[in-house]
Amino acid sequence: MLYMLMIIDERSWTMPKDERDALMDQYAELLRDIVKSGNFRGSGYLHPSSTATTVREVNGKRVTMDGPFAETKEQLGGYILVECKDLDEAISIAGRIPSIRTGGAVEVRPVAPTPVSV
Amino acid sequence: MGDFDVAEDALQEAFEAALAQWAAAGPPQHPVAWLVSTARHKAIDVLRRRSLAEGKRDELAAWAAPEDDAPVPLDSLRLVFTCCHPALAPEAQVALTLRTVCGLDTDEIARAFLVPLPTLAQRLVRAKAKIKIARIPYEVPGDEVLAERLGAVMAVVYLVFNEGYSASFGDDLVRADLCAEAIRLARMLVGLLPGEREPKGLLALMLFHDARRATRTDAEGAIVLLEEQDRSRWDAAKIAEGSALLEQALRGRPTGPYAVQAAIAALHARARSARETDWPQIAALYGVLAAIHPSPVVELNRAVAVAMADGLERGLALLDTLQLPGYHLLPAARADLLRRLGRRAEAAAAYRQALALVTNDAERRFLERRLAETTGALSGD
Repeated sequence: MLYMLMIIDERSWTMPKDERDALMDQYAELLRDIVKSGNFRGSGYLHPSSTATTVREVNGKRVTMDGPFAETKEQLGGYILVECKDLDEAISIAGRIPSIRTGGAVEVRPVAPTPVSV
Repeated sequence: MGDFDVAEDALQEAFEAALAQWAAAGPPQHPVAWLVSTARHKAIDVLRRRSLAEGKRDELAAWAAPEDDAPVPLDSLRLVFTCCHPALAPEAQVALTLRTVCGLDTDEIARAFLVPLPTLAQRLVRAKAKIKIARIPYEVPGDEVLAERLGAVMAVVYLVFNEGYSASFGDDLVRADLCAEAIRLARMLVGLLPGEREPKGLLALMLFHDARRATRTDAEGAIVLLEEQDRSRWDAAKIAEGSALLEQALRGRPTGPYAVQAAIAALHARARSARETDWPQIAALYGVLAAIHPSPVVELNRAVAVAMADGLERGLALLDTLQLPGYHLLPAARADLLRRLGRRAEAAAAYRQALALVTNDAERRFLERRLAETTGALSGD
């Protein structure tokens, strides 16, 4: 089963450089570990939500707006895709994501198969 | 066996078979093992029916094959850990456990917790969908998380017991069926996890409480307080069983919170009369419990024990340091200490505060009776 570990934390962009470097080292170590264990399927580190653009369609017309979909304090900062045998394995990887030790959170979502394979 | 639905259906059918067969012939020597092997056969039936329809014969073969050489019957235990998985909402954990492990009907559970049937049914459907889609494992967790997960299971069991023992809503104070289910679940945990001490503490705790059940209300359903209960009618067999379990639960360190609560309940259950209750020891044990599990409810109980051990004024002073907004037992405890001190006007005011917060009808009638006695004595002065 594929799980998306959504990292709800974008403080890394406003941290002092040394703190951010230390955080990135911890992420690199975790990612190396889950590549080695065979769970890794992909990951992404997102630029801050101030760089986001939201696209909708209103009355058949495309509307493009500055900013994230929801104006909340908690924004998606990145994600890791992992293949796990069950939710417990996904939770144990989520529990090793460095951002949860600095006030962030990780939302674990099972990924449904897409209707077409590309 | 990884299929939760099959396991649930099978266990359900095994319980139904057990009800029919045990009522006629008495329970077998090893009821849990009986249930598990019956559930396994029922599961094969379920899968056979299914596989005929879907042509999935491999699944059937996997079920029928002996799984491992585990010496204990694990299926019910797996089911409990799945139902009480922390990824499910607490109210869903309780409902799912009662439905799948205890075999209660959906409408029985809805009635027990005063939830509309459609709400409860939806809660169960959503929980089952999450188990399946997010793949919540159907297994006993490994050692590294067992303590945490066992804690969640025991919390559900004790919640079921408490709802049965002191129903939050409705007319009856006690719902015996929920108490019996909780005790049955705890027995299962003790039987299947013999190396764990806290399930023994939990079972002992519930047995001590349950031993007094018949004397907690009178023929009209009115509350009878601990000090006025007829101790000759307490269930001696349950107290003896609880005592033996407690001894095992207290063997080894650290002492768990259920074992400490059981030790407190044991001091009440074993006192020959209310006056012989070892209040200093009880107050000390509440101190131990507060250190493990700091909570204002524990402090409330400690304050009452201190009042009985060291003097009403000292207990009252402790009560006055507590903040428990919306909890009727804090003003009720204050009222009782003030009543014992003869400070009737203050007692009456505290009873009124408690009455404004209480939701159980039997407790309401008790508080009204005490208020009437207090104000009656007041006007008689």
